[in-house]
Amino acid sequence: MANNPIEGILDVGERSGAPLEQTGWRRYFSFSTDHKVIGVQYLVTSFIFFLIAGLLSMIMRGELITPPADLVDRPFYNGLFTLHGTMMIFLWIIPSLVGLANYLVPLMIGARDMAFPTLNAIAYWIIPFSGLLLLVSFLLPSGTAQAGWWSYPPISLQNPSGHLINGEFMWLLGVALLGISSIMGAVNFVTTIVCMRAPGMTYFRMPIFVWTVLSAQLLQLSCLPALTGAAILLFFDLTFGTTFFNPFEGGSPILYQHLFWFYSHPAVYVMVLPAFGIFSEIIPAFSRKPLFGYRSVAIASFGIAMVSIFVWVHHMFASGTPGWMRMLFMFTTALVAVPTGIKVFAWTATVWRGKLHLDTPMLFALGGVAMFVFAGITGVMMGMVPFDLHVNNTYFVVGHFHYVVFNTITMAIFAAIYFWFPKITGRMYVEGWGKLHFWLTFIGANLTFFPMHPLGLQGMVRRISSYNPQYADWNIVASLGAFLLGMATLPFIVNIVSCWNRGRKAPSNPWRATGLEWTTASPPPVENFEEIPVVTSPPYGYGKVMTNEP
Amino acid sequence: MKALNALLLAIFIAILMITSRWIGQQAYTWMPPQATAEAKHVDDLFSFLVSLGAFIFLSILGVLLYAILTSRAVKGDLSDGPAIEGNPTLEAVWTVAPILLVLWIATQSYMIYQQIDLQGLSPVVHLHLPLEAPAAAQTEDTAKLAVDTIDVTAKQWSWFFRYPGGSTSTELHLPVNQTTRLALRSQDVLHGFYVPEFRIKQDIIPNRTINFSLTPLKEGKYRLRDSQFSGTYFALMEADVYIESPSAFHQWLTQISAQHPLPAANPAFIEHTQPSPKTFSSGWVAVPPAKPPIVNHSSHP
Repeated sequence: MANNPIEGILDVGERSGAPLEQTGWRRYFSFSTDHKVIGVQYLVTSFIFFLIAGLLSMIMRGELITPPADLVDRPFYNGLFTLHGTMMIFLWIIPSLVGLANYLVPLMIGARDMAFPTLNAIAYWIIPFSGLLLLVSFLLPSGTAQAGWWSYPPISLQNPSGHLINGEFMWLLGVALLGISSIMGAVNFVTTIVCMRAPGMTYFRMPIFVWTVLSAQLLQLSCLPALTGAAILLFFDLTFGTTFFNPFEGGSPILYQHLFWFYSHPAVYVMVLPAFGIFSEIIPAFSRKPLFGYRSVAIASFGIAMVSIFVWVHHMFASGTPGWMRMLFMFTTALVAVPTGIKVFAWTATVWRGKLHLDTPMLFALGGVAMFVFAGITGVMMGMVPFDLHVNNTYFVVGHFHYVVFNTITMAIFAAIYFWFPKITGRMYVEGWGKLHFWLTFIGANLTFFPMHPLGLQGMVRRISSYNPQYADWNIVASLGAFLLGMATLPFIVNIVSCWNRGRKAPSNPWRATGLEWTTASPPPVENFEEIPVVTSPPYGYGKVMTNEP
Repeated sequence: MKALNALLLAIFIAILMITSRWIGQQAYTWMPPQATAEAKHVDDLFSFLVSLGAFIFLSILGVLLYAILTSRAVKGDLSDGPAIEGNPTLEAVWTVAPILLVLWIATQSYMIYQQIDLQGLSPVVHLHLPLEAPAAAQTEDTAKLAVDTIDVTAKQWSWFFRYPGGSTSTELHLPVNQTTRLALRSQDVLHGFYVPEFRIKQDIIPNRTINFSLTPLKEGKYRLRDSQFSGTYFALMEADVYIESPSAFHQWLTQISAQHPLPAANPAFIEHTQPSPKTFSSGWVAVPPAKPPIVNHSSHP
């Protein structure tokens, strides 16, 4: 089953008109169909959006450092958190992980490219276009969308300017396009992983990163159409006056919430699963031990994906949801802790009695795991209805999910960039700058997001630009932490930009890691492998004879 | 050696249990004061969750830290660790144990929810379908509720309360030690009813009436907050809440019923008409606040 049944596809048009392919830095600005070029395009583009969305959050923290609204006016503040959330999710985390997967999955399974290279390129080019749509809305007279990243009607349907082209219009267009791009990506990843594995690469010989990408992309396929559909219906309500979600004309705003969260909760797992995959690659390599319980970790990835489809109502416990529904989704939500727990235990057991090398990727991975444990615990707490009714829509929730999206997932993305930087660029980064980046980020992240938990417990609701002075102290800490976090990005940028140009040359396998991507040159040739490798054993053969060492 | 290891492990677990129990006790102090019967149940659940969470967090972090401190490779040591690929028994344990644990937690929460529910937390939602419900039946229903119910109306961006007898105010007054029913309605968008000291939150959905009840236990002044984002001046949508003795409550009701209804002072309305000159002005069009409610008694002079 694990042969390469459609090897023919790999050579489509012999790299579709290879003579036209650009070389050097210019290829990153071209409509390239090479999965490695597209992977880098995704990563760099999404990182730029990360910087912009981060800047928006600095303005918000600047506003919140004092209780009154004294920095920006209310519509602008509402626009800030709407675009911060939207961009961080749809233009940073999801596309940066898709970029990593784009670069790595074909290399990891021993393929020459993705199954549909042109579709891959189209899916990428939608991203900068949609991002620009969102950013351009800052220049509209009516401003950006201001209804938050979840864009609940009827708020999102109030269009005070009366203009046809308004912020919400641009937002819905952008989100619907990003949804279409992600669905294209999902079709491509699932096909690639199912059909294009090298000979001998059975499912239970795939690295965990590939397992997590497969689980995440299957989730995209099954759930994303709900959100894209909801966005289109909301667009009709806004622009053509239909009444799908208008409560005064027989529509249901609650229906929108169901459609929205039917995707947007699994979306959290679309984001966190590849992060788990990254931890599962890095921790064994720097512990010099096989991943503990590989099979159970692989199956747990599917377990997480399955359970996560049936938990969406926990975002709606306060939304007039009937008691039986609250109780049902409380139990399903609690169950997600089981497969995630399996992974955390497996990483801990992998570290145990290993020979640890605390290089930058490992620091980011361990820091991410530690903070994920915290996020997981507050997550289970919030799944419990009576407690959720107190903290729902407070800063406790904001603190919890930033421990997931920043302190876990963004840490994982940084870990991955450091880990695979030598492979992608053929050069080494500077370790000292990397460690500085880690410590500033780790401290800054905790200073920023921990104070949100006590604030939420005390009852400070989210999305307010002025607040009662009783909440001032923790807000000062959070704001200073956020500014530190902003500064923490500088050593990363210096390191990556300078080393990409002038770094020390990297060998093909600087970490002595297992995995097919390390058996080819750094950076890999256009065709990835001179000969398609034949796989004979499961991954993570640390401590055994390394069959694939260079 | 084996016995020593077991002893050390037992001491480690014992210390963890004592520490987590202590942290769980502290959890009560992280919450606002308890002003309703519901609050005590929620805080008990929170304390229980914090104890368990602290135990899990500290044990995993303890093991990770111990490994990081003791298992670092010596500089220049390029050898591999032992090729341990797994342990089926251990993996089975850490699959089954969490299943039992989360079922236990969820069952505890279920029981606490039932206790709160008896006191009337669970909302009863009436959907106003445009084609259903003849007008007469509707009025009768609302009239019946009005006898023992306080009508809560939310609109952008003000709260408005109608008391039995018909007096109106922008303040919420509740008699202590009595279960009060609230009928929550919104005139425009989603809002949320939230008083942190009450520990309960309920979204308010336009074109529906959500009946829900609570039992205040502690006299004092509290603050009601809109908890579901409701647009431009969302941050300003608050109201004062007073829990007072039944006699003080009825005295207040009689007092305000004599007052002539006037438009209430409204922070959102004020900020909309006189924006602060200090802030950066985007010039973006804001949704204008709805007309301030006309009430017998208003919080702000």
